[in-house]
Amino acid sequence: MGNGTSIGKVRGLGSAKEGAHHWWHQRLTGGANLILTLWFVLSIALLPAYDFETVRHWLAQTQVAVPLILLVIATFYHFRLGLQVVIEDYIHDEVHIVLMVLLNFFTLTTGTLAIFSILKIAFTAGAAL
Amino acid sequence: MANVRNTARPLSPHMSIWKWGPSMAASITHRVTGSGLATVGTILFVWWLVALASGPAAYACFLDLFTVKSGALNIVGYVFGIGLTYSFFQHLSTGVRHFFLDQGANFELKANKTTALLTYVAAILLTIAFWGFIIWGKTNG
Repeated sequence: MGNGTSIGKVRGLGSAKEGAHHWWHQRLTGGANLILTLWFVLSIALLPAYDFETVRHWLAQTQVAVPLILLVIATFYHFRLGLQVVIEDYIHDEVHIVLMVLLNFFTLTTGTLAIFSILKIAFTAGAAL
Repeated sequence: MANVRNTARPLSPHMSIWKWGPSMAASITHRVTGSGLATVGTILFVWWLVALASGPAAYACFLDLFTVKSGALNIVGYVFGIGLTYSFFQHLSTGVRHFFLDQGANFELKANKTTALLTYVAAILLTIAFWGFIIWGKTNG
């Protein structure tokens, strides 16, 4: 690429054909996050205390652990899409690819840690540590 | 390469020549708070979950960074706590406004400006309500 006419170069680049999908998923997860994060912030505010036992006991319930896992999936996917746009807007050279790989690693690592921790609490809350 | 710019051509209108206004501020605030929540918020949220899953010692270590002995928040706790909750409510407010813009609504200059300003009002009021409830709402209840 680069030796043709201007119009030829533009045609060769074309669209990535993924823009609408990215845009739509950003909105879908945004809507889900609105409900899930408001539930989370309200629940945290309503907790009687924030000591280890109280919080763990609260989190171990199915009706808390399941929405919290959904919250992790929806918010982490949402920020993965959002930070991608930030990277694409400001970084135009090859560093962009490195940052995208790092972003994917960051999202998957933190997301896995979060879900594993929630499940561990939910499955072991009654047991001795 | 596609990213090599012809320097003989003018740049499109850009940060340096835009006049700051509420609409522009709401847009950049949405991006900044989103980026903050995605990085600082994610790390603290995951640390909190991992500490809870690991045991009382790990959880005490997490709490120690943000609280004094009595259990009240220290300065680090207030900076991160208020910073993250404000960022959350701000991102939520500008996000809801974004849903209307996505529908093609709310592009009239006056309404667009008013709703941009309202996101800040909503975010600040919700942050005050949240911390007011956490700090004073329970001690009396």
